[in-house]
Amino acid sequence: MVLLFVESRQWVIPGDLLAKGEYAAGENVYKDGEGFYASKVGLVDFENRVIQVIAVHGCYLPSVNDLVVGKVLKVGLSEWVVDINSPYKGILFVSGASGRPFDSRRDELRDILDVGDVIIAKVLEFDRTLDPRLTIKGRGLGKAESGYVVKMTPTKIPRLIGKKGSMIELVKNRTGCQITVGQNGYILVIGKKVEDEVLAVEVIRMIERDAHTSGLTNRVGEFIGKRK
Amino acid sequence: MGDSSEAISNIERKRILELLSEGKRLDGRGVKDYRQIRVERDVVEKAAGSALVSVGETKVIVGVKVEVGEPYPDRPESGALTVNAELTPLASPSFEPGPPDEYSVELARVVDRGLRESKAIDLEKLCLIPGKKVLVVFVDIYVLDQCGNLFDASLLASVSALMSSRVTEYVVGKGGEVEAKSKYVPLPFRSYPVSVTMVRIGGDFVVDPSLDEEMVADARITVTTDKDGNVCALQKGGAGVFSVDEVLEAIDVAIEKSEELRRDILGV
Amino acid sequence: MVGKVRKKLVGKGGGRVDGRKPNDLRSIKIEIGLLQRADGSAYIEQGKNKILAAVYGPREVYPRHASLHNKALVRCYYRMASFSTEERKSPAPSRREVEISQVIKDALEPVIFSEFYPRSMIDIFVEVLQADGGTRCAGITAASLALANAGVPMRDLVASCAAGKVDGQLVLDPNDVEDKEGEADLPVAFAPQMGVVTLLQMDGLLSKDEFDQAFKLAVDGCKRINTLQKEALRGKYLVVGAAGEPGQGEKGG
Repeated sequence: MVLLFVESRQWVIPGDLLAKGEYAAGENVYKDGEGFYASKVGLVDFENRVIQVIAVHGCYLPSVNDLVVGKVLKVGLSEWVVDINSPYKGILFVSGASGRPFDSRRDELRDILDVGDVIIAKVLEFDRTLDPRLTIKGRGLGKAESGYVVKMTPTKIPRLIGKKGSMIELVKNRTGCQITVGQNGYILVIGKKVEDEVLAVEVIRMIERDAHTSGLTNRVGEFIGKRK
Repeated sequence: MGDSSEAISNIERKRILELLSEGKRLDGRGVKDYRQIRVERDVVEKAAGSALVSVGETKVIVGVKVEVGEPYPDRPESGALTVNAELTPLASPSFEPGPPDEYSVELARVVDRGLRESKAIDLEKLCLIPGKKVLVVFVDIYVLDQCGNLFDASLLASVSALMSSRVTEYVVGKGGEVEAKSKYVPLPFRSYPVSVTMVRIGGDFVVDPSLDEEMVADARITVTTDKDGNVCALQKGGAGVFSVDEVLEAIDVAIEKSEELRRDILGV
Repeated sequence: MVGKVRKKLVGKGGGRVDGRKPNDLRSIKIEIGLLQRADGSAYIEQGKNKILAAVYGPREVYPRHASLHNKALVRCYYRMASFSTEERKSPAPSRREVEISQVIKDALEPVIFSEFYPRSMIDIFVEVLQADGGTRCAGITAASLALANAGVPMRDLVASCAAGKVDGQLVLDPNDVEDKEGEADLPVAFAPQMGVVTLLQMDGLLSKDEFDQAFKLAVDGCKRINTLQKEALRGKYLVVGAAGEPGQGEKGG
């Protein structure tokens, strides 16, 4: 038995009854008795009997293998503490940063990464009893030498990336910027000229604001076209 | 204050400095430009006067209450003025609930000096019975959204709130008792202080720092002037330093900008 | 008080001091997401009440030793601005504010999925800019919207409303004068989808029948306020274009 109380892509709010019957609860949906309910404000979506709500806002919960952009907050004895826009601070051990063996008598952690540095990292491990472990060893990972960091609500990151990366590729190509999108809502923008970066940042903010609308790709293209 | 996760990154600091070397700021403003300022008066009817000011996204609300009280012992023929500031925890992830810390006290005292030294309110006109009864004016500053430059927003809001105040008229009756009439009168003004806050980033000055700019600044200076362009209060903040010339230049900029603010925002 | 006769607060036809009928709510205006720094925020005007609520979190726990291993720590602070009342109030928290902070937290925590964020903290801040009776209720209504705006996962919204007894008449949403001079005040918070009461307080004197009626009146008030909450959320996030289709997207962050 299957009963739907909402249409696909309909706006829902916490407590709204979405469906009853043989479904599975996806993101931001909870089950109570027979019913499936929304737990956040957003758009409801069905796919293969999985009901989820694409939330408008939400904090970042790390997931293993996520690409994240982070800011170094503290330098510890053998690790760095990193702000990854989450209630859980990222921990980067020396082993996740440098291939060379680290000798605490000779080497200084600060020579590798210091407070205020921006890194592109991957989440190695996370469960809710321990802070997430990060690594910057790997292709495309490491310290960012320049650029600007934009913050976006993590729930809209998929929209920024687009189907198979179509949206972000459009922004990159048309603005000429290198853009690294962290799943955690931090986005690193590096442009050859500052004006390009400023434009890319404006485009990202526009995508965040209009994430739930149709025809966004075209409008983004038009917007950039007018400015370049 | 100074939540670590709100610290600005090194590459962003680099960007801000690079832009500044070309006289540009992240939000496209000129180095002497203020963000958009909005003032809404009388937002709290139960207060004698009130104002909600936003400078960019910074939002501060000030309420004025006036009561009959006793004068300060060293000023028996003068009304009293008390300024208090609350950095409410709504305004920033790094503001904790609790009693005023050194930042809220500094904010209150800088606004207080601006109001007092410019003699904005003619406190002598607030004396009812010398040595016994005077009007006490409470200016309470509540910061609701900290997006940079709380000093200027707070003083603008305080002066606007005082300007919008309507206070019960009190008279001293034949029996020597203070009586409240059913009339409301404005507060007696003598000047309209305006503060202009600048920060030093690298070798450059910017007026009305945004949150990012405050975070990378070496030092900060707030210059308060009265309606005649006299300097009535100064406050240097931050661990950095200023050269003598920089200070003099800051004062010139402040006099220029405060005239604009007085005219365009306060309307005086 | 010698020779002072209290003016009647409720007239023969049930007309109240502010012109309302016994079952009328005060006029309500809601704005969502108006603060830049907070993760979520909401502002409510209910009659002369002007209340701002902000939410930060889930975020790192501070101080660290307060951390809970299996769920988020929920904190709530309710404060009244010193200019919010007729007589100026000292900025320092009074016992009443401390109690109301606790009561608001208890009204909202049951709907929050705090178990999703162990070792973290969710902060709810309510600042009363102008008070005119029923501020804890309006505070809960606003805080619930601020939580939704912040994307804190919840089972339900919580709406809150009080009922009272004034001059023998049961009334909905008493204002300050009615609350202070009336015979009873009954604030209630209700989660409409779950159908549960999360806040219940009373002071005054009510017979069993009066209590039944007043309680139902308050719960009904909560449901009506919940409708306004939903409208406010939809208005914030949905701009209806032509033919009722979802159109131009959000008005703002």
